[in-house]
Amino acid sequence: MAWIKRHLITFAALAVLAYTLVPNVIVAVFSFNDPKGKFNYTFNEFSTDAWTNPCGAPGICDSLGLSLRIGITASIIATILGTMIAFALGRYRFRGRSATNLLIFMPMATPEVVMGSSLLTLFLMAGIPAGPVAILIAHIMFCVSFVVVAVKARVATLDPRLEEAAADLGANPTQTFLRVTLPLAAPGIAAGGLLAFSLSFDDYIITNFNASPSSITFPMYVWGAAQRGVPVQVYAIGTVMFLIALGVVVAGQVVGARRNRQVA
Amino acid sequence: MGDTTVDRTGKGDLSLVALTKSFATFTAVHPLDLTIEAGSFFALLGPSGCGKTTTLRMIAGLEDPTGGRITIGDEDITDTKAYQRNVNTVFQSYALFPHMTVVDNVMFGLKRRGDKDAKRKAREALELVQLEQVATKRPTQLSGGMQQRVALARALVNRPDVLLLDEPLGALDLKLRRQMQIELKRIQQEVGLTFIHVTHDQEEAMTMADRIAVMNAGRMEQLGDPATLYERPSSTFVANFLGQSNLLRASVLGSESGNGVVRVRSHDTELEVVRDHLPQGVGDVWLGVRPEKLRLGESGGPNRLSGLVRDVSFTGVATQYSVEMPWGQELTVVQQNDGTARARLGENVTVSWAAEHGFALDASQDAEAGAELVDDRG
Repeated sequence: MAWIKRHLITFAALAVLAYTLVPNVIVAVFSFNDPKGKFNYTFNEFSTDAWTNPCGAPGICDSLGLSLRIGITASIIATILGTMIAFALGRYRFRGRSATNLLIFMPMATPEVVMGSSLLTLFLMAGIPAGPVAILIAHIMFCVSFVVVAVKARVATLDPRLEEAAADLGANPTQTFLRVTLPLAAPGIAAGGLLAFSLSFDDYIITNFNASPSSITFPMYVWGAAQRGVPVQVYAIGTVMFLIALGVVVAGQVVGARRNRQVA
Repeated sequence: MGDTTVDRTGKGDLSLVALTKSFATFTAVHPLDLTIEAGSFFALLGPSGCGKTTTLRMIAGLEDPTGGRITIGDEDITDTKAYQRNVNTVFQSYALFPHMTVVDNVMFGLKRRGDKDAKRKAREALELVQLEQVATKRPTQLSGGMQQRVALARALVNRPDVLLLDEPLGALDLKLRRQMQIELKRIQQEVGLTFIHVTHDQEEAMTMADRIAVMNAGRMEQLGDPATLYERPSSTFVANFLGQSNLLRASVLGSESGNGVVRVRSHDTELEVVRDHLPQGVGDVWLGVRPEKLRLGESGGPNRLSGLVRDVSFTGVATQYSVEMPWGQELTVVQQNDGTARARLGENVTVSWAAEHGFALDASQDAEAGAELVDDRG
């Protein structure tokens, strides 16, 4: 009894962890199911069909490819733009700085339905047809905000004396930026980039407003499939996604830990 | 060592000509003229906010002067950028690059100049500061004292024309600080570079520097070697900031008595002071004597004052007395514990000193200037 009491916090933590992991485990388990009928809701029979033939469901790999292309492009562009904005906001005093600071939060605060519909209106007015390009522009727009927030937090903790020290040691402004500032800001930039990718890859609402029938992203595909019964491949791809994300996080931790206890 | 050091640094003396820095609301450095000899260990000493760090940052190129010129030898560097100057700084916070190893930190400056021999030179610099064993560690894994030495090696390795040290020992504890003072002096003599050391610690400045400029409120109060500054301060600020001083109000009685000594009257007592220690053409003066120059009894010299012992504190090597004069002023007397007679609390004593141990300062100055700053320094 006393033992349980002493470890209550551990039990609570494990319970919360289980709570967050159960959906992922279910997805992983059901990716090995061979469902009876259209719906993959009851475990019928073990099968590796979905894993050996991930593109088996019509259209699934096209949508996955489109989502990956949009996600990678959008996160790269948003990371570059967001990093520049973060440095400008964090380092310089200029007219309109506080307004920019406030406006950068707008895409995060605005309901996605509102943003999706207004973007569609904008694109139609500007003569940009709904489709991959419109989706990409929309994704970059809302991803930038998140990158700015992540990078700005990092920039704020950078010691300006390190840049002075670099200049003092003969590094010109470009060298100072590449050798000192950028490496020190890198964790924030990487976090911003990963966040941008996952937001872009995951987005349904804004994407749906600005998509054309030929530009079905992965979330749209899953949503559409859910009406008729989700193919098991979706479960397999979902599991892979989860494992990749887990791998990135673990790798980040390992690199961080190793950096802290370098060769003695 | 003069000639060889000039050859090694290859450039020559650092000169500041009417160097000025003004901010919107105040002037941090009033026009400052100063020449620092190549190869010397120079200290800029003053309380916080006196303009010493601003002066240092202008020499480094990290702050743009409002006016004036900076030259090293024949070269005017006023308008060059920090990264173009052959001047390196040891920052107060060390400012080591946390994402690089110790040896990469030390190589940073050499690599920027494309030095092919960077690795070997960096190793040598680390050997000089006795840290070769931690070359592959990160700065955050080292103690404060070690980080300080890495910062020193990182600056030294570039063989700058001038090495600037911005309160480099400020964050270290007393024992380590004393150790590093000796270490710094040794390294400076070994490499023969010009060191400019900014500090608010008068003892540190006197221990290490060949010459000291005492700064106060953006102006240079006095320039000289440590002994001159201590024995012959030219202002009450210097008299109080560098060690302790007893300052007696006195008026000059004029006529020299033939042996280079002038008589002054202080509180109805006639006292003597060496003529050279008296400012020209001044009638009212502060007559200053250092506590350790005062003797209990009449052995110290012809200058004698009597008073009551108000406080006695034994410090081991010496005993410090507070002796109250009839007019209420308390004189501080420091007596070496060399076996001579000691005074007791409440005893009536005579204090005496020699004419050459006194110095006189213009009485128009505040006698307390610089004294209140002594307590809050680390």
